Amino acid sequence: MPMLSFLIRRLLQSIPTVLAVVLLVFVLFSVVPGSIVSSMSDDADPQVELRLKQQLGLNDPVYVRFGTYIAKLATGDFGTSFRTREPVTAMIAKRAWPTLQLIFAAMAFSVVLGVPLGFIAALRPGGLVDSAAMVLAVSGLSIAKFWLGLVLMYLFALKLGWLPSFGYGDGGLKYLLLPAVTLGVSPMALFARTTRAAVLEIMTADFVRTARSKGMSETRVVKWHVMRNALVIILTTVGLQFGGLMGQAVVVEKLFSWPGIGSLLVDSVLQRDIPAVQGSILVVVLAFLAINLLIDVLYGVIDPRIRYA
Amino acid sequence: MFRKIAIVTGLGLALAGAAEAQTPRKGGTIRMTAPYGSSFTSLDIHTTQRAQDEIYAKALHRSLYTWDSAEGKPVPELAKEVTVSGGGLVYTFKLRDDAYFHNGRKMTADDIIWSYNRIMDGTKAYPGARFVRVIEGAAAVEKGQAKEISGLKKIDDFTLEMKLTEKVDPGFYFFTALTSIYPADEGAKESFIQHPIGLGPFKFVEHVPGSRIVLERWEKFYKPGKPYADKVIVSIMGEAAARDVAFRNKEIDTSVLGPAQYVAYQADPNLKGTIVEVAEVFTRYMGMNPAFKPFSDKRVRQAINYAIDTDLIISKLVKGKAYRATSWLPLTSPAYDKAMKPYAYDPAKAKQLLTEAGYPQGFEFEWTTSQNESWGLPIVSAVIPMLDKVGIKAKVKQVETAVLAEVVRTGDYQAFIYSQQSGPDPLAALKCFHSSTPQPACNYMNFKNADFDKILDEAGQADDAAKRTQLLQKANALLYEEAPVWFFNYNKAVMAVQPWLHGIQQNPTELTHQNTEELWVDETSPAK
Repeated sequence: MPMLSFLIRRLLQSIPTVLAVVLLVFVLFSVVPGSIVSSMSDDADPQVELRLKQQLGLNDPVYVRFGTYIAKLATGDFGTSFRTREPVTAMIAKRAWPTLQLIFAAMAFSVVLGVPLGFIAALRPGGLVDSAAMVLAVSGLSIAKFWLGLVLMYLFALKLGWLPSFGYGDGGLKYLLLPAVTLGVSPMALFARTTRAAVLEIMTADFVRTARSKGMSETRVVKWHVMRNALVIILTTVGLQFGGLMGQAVVVEKLFSWPGIGSLLVDSVLQRDIPAVQGSILVVVLAFLAINLLIDVLYGVIDPRIRYA
Repeated sequence: MFRKIAIVTGLGLALAGAAEAQTPRKGGTIRMTAPYGSSFTSLDIHTTQRAQDEIYAKALHRSLYTWDSAEGKPVPELAKEVTVSGGGLVYTFKLRDDAYFHNGRKMTADDIIWSYNRIMDGTKAYPGARFVRVIEGAAAVEKGQAKEISGLKKIDDFTLEMKLTEKVDPGFYFFTALTSIYPADEGAKESFIQHPIGLGPFKFVEHVPGSRIVLERWEKFYKPGKPYADKVIVSIMGEAAARDVAFRNKEIDTSVLGPAQYVAYQADPNLKGTIVEVAEVFTRYMGMNPAFKPFSDKRVRQAINYAIDTDLIISKLVKGKAYRATSWLPLTSPAYDKAMKPYAYDPAKAKQLLTEAGYPQGFEFEWTTSQNESWGLPIVSAVIPMLDKVGIKAKVKQVETAVLAEVVRTGDYQAFIYSQQSGPDPLAALKCFHSSTPQPACNYMNFKNADFDKILDEAGQADDAAKRTQLLQKANALLYEEAPVWFFNYNKAVMAVQPWLHGIQQNPTELTHQNTEELWVDETSPAK
């Protein structure tokens, strides 16, 4: 029961956030110059453009357009794309799986490498492993994704011939590896640094000192006290990074011709396809909120002292 | 005859020559790239006029005419015979009786009538309406005053009569994919947008939005023995650097090159032979607003043309990936006058003209630009010091390309830099400067000149082709003299083509638009 009421409370708390995002995106794209009509071609027909504006409702006052949009949204209708004339929900549905594939693969890569690296580094602070891990972490955080992606393409596709340099193919691992690693390097570095800092802090905490003074072996201290407490901090970082990755995926998807929501968003923004932009951003925000809710639930599982307060 | 200066450089010329002499090989996959963005707009090609979408549409669909790059003009595609009557206004098309849609149904005159009526549906605002509007009665359909275009008459299943509103070559109006012929029964269905059916040499297999379109050979295509390839894959690759890696890695067969890559490929002995170049029908220029007082004086506009070292910019900044513009009509236009010389770089003459115009100390203006590397901010940045030398100060206003497109239509600028289609039809290209053409249409400089209008009207009425060309050249020369713009360059489209891909057509309307039935891959292709 406390779990259910917690979930309901959190879901209700999310509603204002979602509404604020909807309003912000709508207002933003209502005031920025340029429109789908002028972006379609530089060789257009004013008569067709005029009718297109009428047909798309672009001549209506902003409040009318917002009212129509909200009314549709309430029924789960994200509207119709200005560009493709398809329902936005259908467009996003086609793109959602590739984006999720990419983000989960990048996250798996970054957690599997980053967390153990940070842990090992923290166990011997100042040592060779620690220094090497931190150099790697700082580099990983600093490298531009576009550049890293090109280097990986050059190395693993062109020079070694192990992997394809671009495309979605059949959606299999062969095509996923390079974009996932490109996207995952930065969070991997962040996880390494966060884990190291968290473990170092916990290692000097009173309860760890107490455990050691009670004669508990170092392995048990690390396993039962340090790891468990560090996990809460790591989990928070992972949750935040999920949201960040959805934004960063834009660059990676475009570079690797990966058919996700990111590349849909880029083209939609450039061509002022407002319904597609609004729909894509809304989906990203909803995914971000859902993942954070999941993380909150997991807190309680990892540390029973945190119980849906 | 359309002049063609398409060039295949270096080794490519020798290789291409040798290869074209070979017998085309059946089979294999052609792997093309779509470089203009991260997606295709729509699978309903009637709704989109982006160059990106026509790349796949050339394989999937067919229009009444097609662009013949070898001839340099539009030629009938779905008609075997065309006769002209009624003082050049009535065209009778004897249609092919062997053209089958990808659902197996034979195309008839009804499909053409249905498709053009659809395009004129005023409630849908299809961009191809500007072409179909040339048929008598089309405008009435657009306005909802009629249900069917009165100027289209089915004589029998394979004979169609088309009555035009003005004396133009319908080939220029009905060769792009915007006027593709759809199957009347299927085209009306909702499912058509997910699984399009056309008359082209390849039929639709799969679309992975944001990644690729896959098409396979249509066995009942009407040209015997064609297409050669089994399959066409068009991959969306908006990033030039990624295309470069994929091309070098032999994963793709074609890649459009930007200025930096053009230089790199020319310098690489392994890649030099892959380059194919063509002068496309796009003119790059700085438009000047005559409502801004200094630009209302012809001498000021001419001074700007004299003050800029255009050749230097083309060679150093555009890396030679452009042809110097003389006037508006591009090199590949049938009305291009090769005797014309561009404005010379002559700052002293520019100063003199400015003094005569009453601006001995120069003046200041705002220059609106996008970030485009070939006709945007980098060019503006290079020109500013040149103008400064003659006393003209330019203030940069940077906007997105989508915003720039709106700025030029509304006239909300003092000057702007842009790339505009200037062909293939020279009459249509020059009509953009006719005083009856509204600014939002394509008369972006709001150009008005009675002499120009008169010459152009005469050209439009001329029956004799030579006379018409002469008049168009005269109009183009008048534009040179009036200098409504700084004539910068004509785009040189450059594409790298793998040595195993043959049959590439040097299409000046857009190099990436290939009649895919002419393409074939030899046994050295990794996708043979």
